Amino acid sequence: MSVVEVLLGIDLGSTTTKAIALDRTGRIIGRGITNTRSNYEVASQIVRDEALVQSRFELVRHAMEADPELSGIERKFIGSLVRNFRQQQHLEQLEWLESALDRCADAPRYAPQREAVKEALHRICQAMRARVPGHFSELAVRKSDFFRDLAAADYMQLAEQFSDSKHASFDVLCGLFDAAILVVENAAGDGAFERHAGPALEQTLANAPTDICEREARLRSAVDAVRATELRVLGMVGTGYGRQRLPFPKEQVRSEILCHGLGAHAMFASTRTVLDIGGQDTKAIQVDGSGIVTSFQMNDRCAAGCGRYLGYIADEMNLGLHELGRLAQESTCSVRINSTCTVFAGAELRDRLSLGQKVPDILAGLHRAIMLRAMSLLARSGGISDEFTFTGGVARNPAAVSALQGLVQQNYGVRKLNISPESIYTGALGAALFAQRAADGGHAA
Amino acid sequence: MSADTVKASTVQKEQSMVLQKQLIGDYYDSLGRAREEGRRVVSTFVPGNLTELLRSFDLLPILPEINALQSGMRKLSANYIAEAEKQGHSEDVCTYVKCDIGMLKSGNVGPTGVKLPNPDLLLLSYTGCFTFLKWFELLRQEYQCPVAMLHVPYLANGRIEPHHVDYVVQQLRTEVIPKLEQVSGRRFDEARLSEMLALSAQAEDDFVWVLESAKNEPSPIDAYFGGVYYIGPIFTAFRGTSQGVEYYRVLREEITERIRLGLGPVTPEGTMERQRYRLVVEGPPNWTSFREFWKMFYDEGAVVVASSYTKVGGLYDRGFRHDPNRPLKSLAEYCLGCYTNLGLPARVDLLERYIREYRADGFIINSVKSCNSFSVGQLLMLRQLEQRTGVPGGFIESDLVDPRYFSPANIKNRIESYLQMLEQKRGAGVTA
Repeated sequence: MSVVEVLLGIDLGSTTTKAIALDRTGRIIGRGITNTRSNYEVASQIVRDEALVQSRFELVRHAMEADPELSGIERKFIGSLVRNFRQQQHLEQLEWLESALDRCADAPRYAPQREAVKEALHRICQAMRARVPGHFSELAVRKSDFFRDLAAADYMQLAEQFSDSKHASFDVLCGLFDAAILVVENAAGDGAFERHAGPALEQTLANAPTDICEREARLRSAVDAVRATELRVLGMVGTGYGRQRLPFPKEQVRSEILCHGLGAHAMFASTRTVLDIGGQDTKAIQVDGSGIVTSFQMNDRCAAGCGRYLGYIADEMNLGLHELGRLAQESTCSVRINSTCTVFAGAELRDRLSLGQKVPDILAGLHRAIMLRAMSLLARSGGISDEFTFTGGVARNPAAVSALQGLVQQNYGVRKLNISPESIYTGALGAALFAQRAADGGHAA
Repeated sequence: MSADTVKASTVQKEQSMVLQKQLIGDYYDSLGRAREEGRRVVSTFVPGNLTELLRSFDLLPILPEINALQSGMRKLSANYIAEAEKQGHSEDVCTYVKCDIGMLKSGNVGPTGVKLPNPDLLLLSYTGCFTFLKWFELLRQEYQCPVAMLHVPYLANGRIEPHHVDYVVQQLRTEVIPKLEQVSGRRFDEARLSEMLALSAQAEDDFVWVLESAKNEPSPIDAYFGGVYYIGPIFTAFRGTSQGVEYYRVLREEITERIRLGLGPVTPEGTMERQRYRLVVEGPPNWTSFREFWKMFYDEGAVVVASSYTKVGGLYDRGFRHDPNRPLKSLAEYCLGCYTNLGLPARVDLLERYIREYRADGFIINSVKSCNSFSVGQLLMLRQLEQRTGVPGGFIESDLVDPRYFSPANIKNRIESYLQMLEQKRGAGVTA
């Protein structure tokens, strides 16, 4: 059996947990992300498994690239293989959800209407299964990759359809989902690749175009070789807010400051200043030419101006978090919002709405308000030097980015702003690089 | 607690600790008996305190800041602060002030449970902290007693000039001493004051020796968390007394022994075994979670080798001594020279010296929300110190005695991140 050595970095954030897998040369071969839920251990297990699953797909790609007969079709083949794999995985989780729902419905308080409730649940789950291929088709656009989000959207819609106010009310069905999804989320599915790669491969080959079908034997052997490969985790370093809960020793736990600094340096080697806005804190970090942190500032007394601020605003507006930035981008005249207290921002928002101000203009003002907080931390950490890298979940929000750009220009002049599409993995990447250094002979420090 | 940094043994209280506790306890007891014994008491502040002068009149000092920090350590301050806020004091006011006002409004029972007497005089002997003026203005309303005010010029350039000294001495003669004579009913006795100042200088010599013992590696003391215990007697009611002299003699002996045995400081959980980081700390500590705060340092093997907070009651380690031959002049120099009276450049100079002389790996600023006197300019100081020494600084935020402003998870995260940064810099390029 062949062995591939990997190094893992895990970033347990307050909102999402991320993992990065590196091969021995330091190349990223796998990523994993999940919602943190309240169970850090499960979240870290899930992202670890996910990063290893991705690593295996990456190994298939490497094998195909190295094979003259297969090179050129990797993208198409692996794309389809991954989609089918995700579909299998999703179907498995749906099965778990269905049995969890069934168990939850056995609770005594549902006794009077149990039959009707179970019937509604059955019909909902059946319809959910029917929708799955649509979610994973080649052209599908998914709002989220998390099972919880996809399942919840389908479930709520179908529950509305299949509920009846007398016997199986919408509220009862919603309550059952809330209980059951926790069970599903807190069950880490071990060995996903081993279970789903086979069926996914069959599904891929069954519907494949000729150029893939012609090479079936070689493709099977490439996938089988990877299935038989042992992924040996040489080292793992954890970071993020939940790092104390990670199931490994203290020496393998690094602060998110160091991990974000090193991760940002790995993504953009000329980085000197890093701003990370995560779910519950904002970090302003200065690094030297080797990614070593020279100073940093974080918010100690108040967490306003973090990702959760936007989450709260999204809830207040009944919008999805990812919709906020886009909507704010439509602003023609940003409203000046002075309050950066998260809770007060809600009040300010309602006040502005009652004055007839436009939602995009108010949202633009709120985005600017959180960036003003970030500017203060940046100033305290030593200012913004060239190049400037913005990381964390909020870096994916276009309105936050443009507010930041404006303020940087105004206060510091021209600075090159780096934002990686993978910015959410910055901390995990830094952690994985620490794991690599430890494996190379140093210690995890 | 990590086993390699602190030795998990039964904690033996050293004689100096027992003595210190006894001194503080006796002091509060003597305040409790003051009325029945017919003794007069004077409220005054720690920076620039004129303890020997008060004692030379047989007056007892009450120190509102000490009451507040002791109440903070004994978990009493939250209720006192709430009480003061009920009286209309804002959330942003100095929490020492609110703790003191709240204690007063709750029956004026001191931190050890002894009822405190109302002061006969408020002696505002130091004005570098502008809040002190307002604080005593509030107390004057409450106690309806006279105030003696000593205006101490702020040392913007950090140097004491002869005219500063003359100005303070003149006020001592014309304002402070007459009021003390009036309150005590005794004549000013300069010879008695000089005798006390000689005792002060004796204790001060030993105290400086103790502070400087942190230059040893390993350091036998923690000059911040342990240091706040060491400054207790000399910054409060025991300067110029034989008990004060005795305390520092015993302390010095103990530390001599610790150095001989190569032992680290005594923490609440035993002797600190492994010292991975030598730090300088600027700013007062948090009192409400004092032990938890300290633990965040010793668990990581961080020992504080010098601190500015232990200089708020005098910069003895820079050479100042009370001088029996020039009693009033040396009291004036004392008031002028305490740490909180120094301008920012002088504070930066001092901290720079500490970082170099004590061979520190890093320095941490604990910025206190409600103490503008300390916290204004601290980020500026941080930058300048980093530039001058090349040693990276860390910045944390908490409060004196308001438990609401101590967020343990975040502060711990900050300290750990900072220490890991030091470690990373230490092994830069190799282990990173």
